[in-house]
Amino acid sequence: MQLFLESLFNGVAIGSVLLVAALGLAIVFGLMGVINLAHGELMMLGAYSTYITQLIFKQVSFLKPYYDLYVIVAIGIAFLVSGTVGILLERTVIRRLYGSPLETLLATWGVSLILQQFVRSVPLAYASGLVVALFFGLFSPLFISDNLLSGAKGKLIRACAWGFSALLGVATGGILSSLVSKLSRASARNVDVTAPSWMRGGIDFLGITFPKTRLLIILITVISVLVVIAFLDKTAWGIRIRAVTQNRPMSDCLGISTEKVDIITFGIGSGLAGVAGVAVSLLGSVGPNVGGNYIVGCFMVVVLGGVGNLLGTILASFSIGIMTDLIGAGRLLTIWPDMPSPLYSTIDFFATTSMARVMIFALIVIFLQFKPTGMFPQKGRMVES
Amino acid sequence: MSIFSTKKSWINLTIWVLLIALIIAAPSVLPVFRLNLLGRYLSLAIVALGVDLIWGFTGMLSLGQGIFFALGGYCAAMFLQLNSSGEFPNGIPEFFGLYGVEKLPFFWEPFKSSIFTLISIWLIPAIIAGLLGYLVFRNRIKGVYFSILTQAALLVFFNFFNGQQKLINGTNGLKTDVTQLFGQMVGSEIMQRWFFWISAVLVILAWFFARWIVRDRFGNILIGIRDDEARVRFTGYNPVIFKTIIFSIAGGLAGISGALYTVQSGIVSPQFMTVPFSIEMVVWVAVGGRGTLLGAILGAVLINYAKSLVSEALPASWMFIQGGLFILVVTALPEGVLGWIRKDGPKKLLFLLGINKKLETYPSLEVNEQGEVKS
Repeated sequence: MQLFLESLFNGVAIGSVLLVAALGLAIVFGLMGVINLAHGELMMLGAYSTYITQLIFKQVSFLKPYYDLYVIVAIGIAFLVSGTVGILLERTVIRRLYGSPLETLLATWGVSLILQQFVRSVPLAYASGLVVALFFGLFSPLFISDNLLSGAKGKLIRACAWGFSALLGVATGGILSSLVSKLSRASARNVDVTAPSWMRGGIDFLGITFPKTRLLIILITVISVLVVIAFLDKTAWGIRIRAVTQNRPMSDCLGISTEKVDIITFGIGSGLAGVAGVAVSLLGSVGPNVGGNYIVGCFMVVVLGGVGNLLGTILASFSIGIMTDLIGAGRLLTIWPDMPSPLYSTIDFFATTSMARVMIFALIVIFLQFKPTGMFPQKGRMVES
Repeated sequence: MSIFSTKKSWINLTIWVLLIALIIAAPSVLPVFRLNLLGRYLSLAIVALGVDLIWGFTGMLSLGQGIFFALGGYCAAMFLQLNSSGEFPNGIPEFFGLYGVEKLPFFWEPFKSSIFTLISIWLIPAIIAGLLGYLVFRNRIKGVYFSILTQAALLVFFNFFNGQQKLINGTNGLKTDVTQLFGQMVGSEIMQRWFFWISAVLVILAWFFARWIVRDRFGNILIGIRDDEARVRFTGYNPVIFKTIIFSIAGGLAGISGALYTVQSGIVSPQFMTVPFSIEMVVWVAVGGRGTLLGAILGAVLINYAKSLVSEALPASWMFIQGGLFILVVTALPEGVLGWIRKDGPKKLLFLLGINKKLETYPSLEVNEQGEVKS
C-alpha cells in the first residue's frame, strides 16, 4: 500500500510537470494545427525568469523581506515573459506560414536555436530589458483608444509607444545590470534556483515523505488546469477559441476574429510554457538546453491524448508520468518480487529513466495501432480526420 | 523527358559540370583535411537525397533520419572493429574489456563477414524504416503527427544506444580511424582518399537511383500523395504501400550515407542521433530546393561547408545563422535556391532592383522544339 502510494505520487509529480508543459502545446496544436518546436525554449525562458526574479528579490532592499514569496511572483512574471515572446513569434513567423504546418515546424525550430544562443551570448539583464520593451510595445496600443490609433496621427502614436517601450527596456536593462552583477555578463553556464525555506523538506503522511517542491508543482498544475478550463468554458474568448478549434472557416463566417483568437491562444499557450518553466527550475539546474529534456515528452502527451480535448491531455500526461516511474525506477520489481525470470530480466533491462522512455515509446506506438488519433479524437466527417 | 524544359536542363547541366569538376579537381587542389571534409559532406548528400525523396516528393517530413544514418554507421564500425581485433584478448574489440564482457554479443557475430556488412549497411536501416513506417502509415498518421513521432523515435534510439555500454560501447561510440582494412589504417591518408572517391561515385549513383524512382509513374504517385493523399486513395491506389517503400528507400540511403560518414569522420556515436542533426538534414534539402534532387546534394555540401567555415571563425554565431536560415528559407524561399533559380528568381530580383526591364509579352506561351505550344 505504502509502496503503491509512493509510486503513484512520484508518477503524478512527473506527470504534472508534463501536463503544464503539454497543456499549452495541446491547445495551440488543437487550434492552429501547429506544433511549436520552440515550446521547450519558452519553458527555458520561464525558468530563467524564475532565476532573475529570485536574484532581484535577493538584491533589492525593499523586496528582501518578501523573499520567501518570490516563487509566486515568478509564476506571474514567467507567464508574461513567455507569453510576450510567444505572441511576437506568432505575429512575425507563424502568421506567415498559415496552412503549412510542416514549414511552421521548421521555422519554430529555427526560433528555438536562436533563443538558445540568445540566452548564451546576451547578458540576462539586457535580455530582460528587451522582453520588457517588447511587452510594452506589443500591449500598450491596447490601452490607447481606437479613435486615436486609427486617426491621422495613428502611426505617430504607435511609433511613440514603441519608442517609449524601448526606453523602458533600456532602463530596465541598465538598472538590472547595475543592481545584480551576476546578470550583467553573458554566460553559458547553468544556473541554480534555490527554493525558499518554506519549500524545503517534506511532509510525512502515512509513513511516506512527500517533498514539498513536488507538492507545490502539483498545486501549480492543478491551479493552471482549473484556470484554463474555466477560461475556455466560461469566458467569451474561451468560447470563441473552442469555436475556432472546432471549425475555423465557419467561425470566421460568423464574425469571430480568428486573427485575435490565434494571438490570444498562442499567448496563453506560450505563457503556460513559462509556468512549466518555473516548475522545471525548481527541479534542477537551469541551462539553455533545459527545454529539450521535456519537449519530446510533451509531444508524446499530445499524440497520446488527441487533439481538442483537455481530458485527453490530462489523462495522457498522468499515464506517461506513472508509467515512467513504474518502469524507470524499477518499481514493478519491488511490487511483484517473484515474477517469472524472463519477464524479470526484461523489466530489469528497462529499469532506468532513459530505457523507460524506450519502453513507453514502444507502448505508445502499439496504442496508436488501435487508436490512431489518440485517446479522445475530435469527431468529424472530414476525409482527413 | 517532358518535365525537363530546355532552360531547366541548361541549369542542371551547368551545376553538374561544376560539381564534377569540383570532385575531380578536389584531390589535387585541397589539403587532406579539407578533402576529408568534402568527402564527408558528399556522403551527407546521400542522406539528403533520401530526405528529398520522402519530404520533397512525398510530403512526409521525417525528423528521425538520424536513426537510419547512425544504424548504417554502426554496421560499418562493428565490422571494422571486429576486423582488427584479432590481437585483443578473446578476439573481441578492446572496449568490451572495460565492462567485463568476455563473450561477443550475439548480434555482432554476422558482422565478421564483409559481404554481410556491405548488405546490412543499407538493408538493416531500410527494414527498420519500413517497419516503423508501416506501423505509422497503416493508421493514416501523417503530417505533424508523423514528424513528432519520428522525432520521438529518434530520441528513443538515442537513449537506447547511449545507455548500452556492454553491447555497443554506449555514449563513447565505436572508433574506426585506428582500425584496419586491407592492411591499411582506416584513418590513413590513402584510405581517406579512397573513401572520398567512393563517396563521390556513390553520390552520383544515388542521384541516378533517386531520379529513376521519381521519373515514372511511381514518382507521379508519390507527388500525388504529397499533394492530395485522399484523392490518391480514392483513385484506387493504396498510399500505405508507396509511403512505406519510399520511407524504407530513404532509410537505406541514410544507412549508406552514415557508413561513409563514419569511416571518414573516424567514429560513430549516439551523437549521430541527436535531434538537431536530423533536423539539419531537412534544412539542407529546404535550402537546396525540395523536390529537386540536385538541390538536395547542393544544399548538403554547401551548407556544411559554410558551417565549417563559420564555426572556425565565429563559433557562437553559427546557431544564429542556422536559426535565421531555417526561418528565411521557409518564409522567403519556400522553393529553395535551385527552385528559385528555375522559377526566374534572379530575373525577377533584377527587375525589382530596376536593373532589368520586363520583356515578357502577355499571354506568354511556352514552346517546345517542334514549335508546338505546350499545354
